[in-house]
Amino acid sequence: MIAEAGLAALWLGAALCVLQLVVAILVVRGDETANGLVRPVAAAQAVLTCLAFGLLILLFVRVDLSVLLVAENDHSEKPFLYRFAGAWGNHEGSMLMWVSILAVAGAAVALLEKRLEERTLIATLGGQAAIGIGFYAFPLFASNPFARLNPSPAEGQGLNPLLQDPGLAFHPPTLYLGYVGLSIAFSFAIGALVTRDVGPAFARAMRPWVLGAWIFLTLGITAGSYWAYYELGWGGWWFWDPVENASLMPWLAATALLHSVTVLATRDGLRAWTVMLAVVAFSMSMIGTFLVRSGILTSVHAFAVDPRRGSFLLALLALYIGGALALFALRVGTVREGSRFDAVSREGALVLNNLLLTVVLGIVLVGTLYPLIAEALSGAKISVGPPYFNSAAGPLALILVAVMGAGPMMRWRREELGVIARRMAPATALVVFALVAVKLVLPPMGLLPFLGLALAFGVALASVAPLWGRNLRRTPLFTYGMVIAHLGIAVSLMGMACDSAFTREKLVAVAVGDSVPVGPFTVKLASVAPNFGENWESMQASLEIRRGNGAMFVLEPQARAYWSPPTETGESAISTRLDGQLYTVLGKQNDDGRWQLRLWWKPFVTFIWLGGALVAIGGALALLGRILRDVRAKKREHEAAYA
Amino acid sequence: MKPKNQRLTLALLAIVAVVGAALLAMSALKDQAAYFYTPSDAARDHVAPGQAVRLGGMVDKGSLKRSKDGVTIDFVVSDGSASVPVRFAGIVPSLFREGSGVVADGRFDAQGTFVADQILAKHDERYMPPQVEGAMHKSGSLK
Repeated sequence: MIAEAGLAALWLGAALCVLQLVVAILVVRGDETANGLVRPVAAAQAVLTCLAFGLLILLFVRVDLSVLLVAENDHSEKPFLYRFAGAWGNHEGSMLMWVSILAVAGAAVALLEKRLEERTLIATLGGQAAIGIGFYAFPLFASNPFARLNPSPAEGQGLNPLLQDPGLAFHPPTLYLGYVGLSIAFSFAIGALVTRDVGPAFARAMRPWVLGAWIFLTLGITAGSYWAYYELGWGGWWFWDPVENASLMPWLAATALLHSVTVLATRDGLRAWTVMLAVVAFSMSMIGTFLVRSGILTSVHAFAVDPRRGSFLLALLALYIGGALALFALRVGTVREGSRFDAVSREGALVLNNLLLTVVLGIVLVGTLYPLIAEALSGAKISVGPPYFNSAAGPLALILVAVMGAGPMMRWRREELGVIARRMAPATALVVFALVAVKLVLPPMGLLPFLGLALAFGVALASVAPLWGRNLRRTPLFTYGMVIAHLGIAVSLMGMACDSAFTREKLVAVAVGDSVPVGPFTVKLASVAPNFGENWESMQASLEIRRGNGAMFVLEPQARAYWSPPTETGESAISTRLDGQLYTVLGKQNDDGRWQLRLWWKPFVTFIWLGGALVAIGGALALLGRILRDVRAKKREHEAAYA
Repeated sequence: MKPKNQRLTLALLAIVAVVGAALLAMSALKDQAAYFYTPSDAARDHVAPGQAVRLGGMVDKGSLKRSKDGVTIDFVVSDGSASVPVRFAGIVPSLFREGSGVVADGRFDAQGTFVADQILAKHDERYMPPQVEGAMHKSGSLK
């Protein structure tokens, strides 16, 4: 019954979605009678979709094996958390979560957005419904999560052990909130194009939504990177895997959008460009969804799926991106030219930021899609790996970070070169000093880490410079947000540079009782013993570790074997210090009885994710600042009206 | 700058940037994209030493040797008609074994030995990377 109720709720949601689109079209075309209907329908649609998703989770928690999806991905011996989160650790369930978040995003706009002009808002909700219809059709026609299985098996097949990690509970929902949150920006752009309402008021209304989606994307990428780092046991934090790129591309576009929307809101510039970026940002989300969910890629994210679903997603992609671009082409002529500015100005720096972000986005997109296109066209099997991305995108990213340091020090409209050079002097001096110091004091390293490390110090200083000489108590919260986010980028860059420059790695086979030096540590393999968990068994090493003559501590990496489905994984053990992490992996036992050990000392590697967290915190502060300012403005208006 | 030309300048700048990026990406792709080879492909095409490639085939039975340091292995990958010696230092995936399929990322050294940086293999019965499957189809080991 639960499965049928879930399917019914999903169908009803889809019907309401169609209704929402039809009514929105009527209203935009001038029929005001149904005006009040759109918002309640959007809200009801979200409730129904969430109900369907909630029922799917219930099926997974209760391990109802008469449902095909549950039988294929669930197991009664799995811990509760993984039965719960397992609902979205598969293709159908994750697409249902996609639709739910899409509906919730639409409902949030319908209920919370008060500033946008009414007709534009209705057109926006129409846009959201238009996206919704396609993504309802997907689970309903191509991947029904509620399909029954008859006869039902005695036991489920279990969840991919790599996914059996607390991260599964948070990482996909966070990333999806970011991905799908960008649909709001897309719908805003569609709405504003339809009603020819592109201007500062539109930008001010759109900004908090973009900011919100961007915060979740930042968190999702940062968490995903850390997950790959400790779960895969390869010691790396970013692999330029197509799935990682699929999350990075929307982030790059959203970052560009966030900055261009600021130009539109404050200075009424970059009108057409901002609308274009809003379309591009969500298009990247959809391309990402297609890459990850169509099964054409290899990864832990690519659940085994049949190829028709890929074609379905591709058709949706072509329809929405093509449709939006066509609308853009038709209406861009009606978007008035924004106000002008000098090349050397805050706007100029932001334009440069946008260009660089877009170019990096293009490089990542080309590298990600090239193997797929080459294989489709010529059958050649090609893989594009880190060397391409690092050499093509790395230098541009460094220039981008340098511009980020300079931009906030410039005034809007026009700035004197001399003035900005003077303001930049301390940061520039610090970069030069760091370059010399790193060259003289530290061991030789690659060019990118070398420049990155020196630049990171200068940019860290430059990013707090906007607070210099200001009354700190009267500085608005969103300025703090910007400062902290920019500082986060510098901190993250520092971590990346340190990781690639100073990492020490040891790969050895040792007998029990042997010691290995790695970086400042001495690691002794004290013992290896079997160990059991709820649904796995493992060999667990006990490593006794000392730093110089310091106190001994123990790390216990495992080589794990899961029973269902039968899989072997390595569980790394990591010790976090103030100045970095010691990362240990246990391998196999050789025939002579020695154990393979892989050890890394990674100085300041934690800065990478610390920086990511700072960026997200900065975003959250900026969002809070905007909301508080709105609330205060409304209060003042209210008081003025009754004074 | 004359305000009249500003929009045009911006558009031109954007076009130059995009074209530049495309050129940059293309040249980097040409140098860095790793092509997939079976041992017979590699024998026929004479892959230059040092060029990043991906090699796929079957691990020959009886060819797996572990060197004294305990972490470096040597084995032979073949596809029925040609074979390539491979060296790898690291922890191999759990389902890597003699007589089963393998895909290795790496490069040939001057002596014609393939030095692998990374070995991909089947994770388990359900999660088989398409590359591995493709290689096994190509080499006829998966029927």
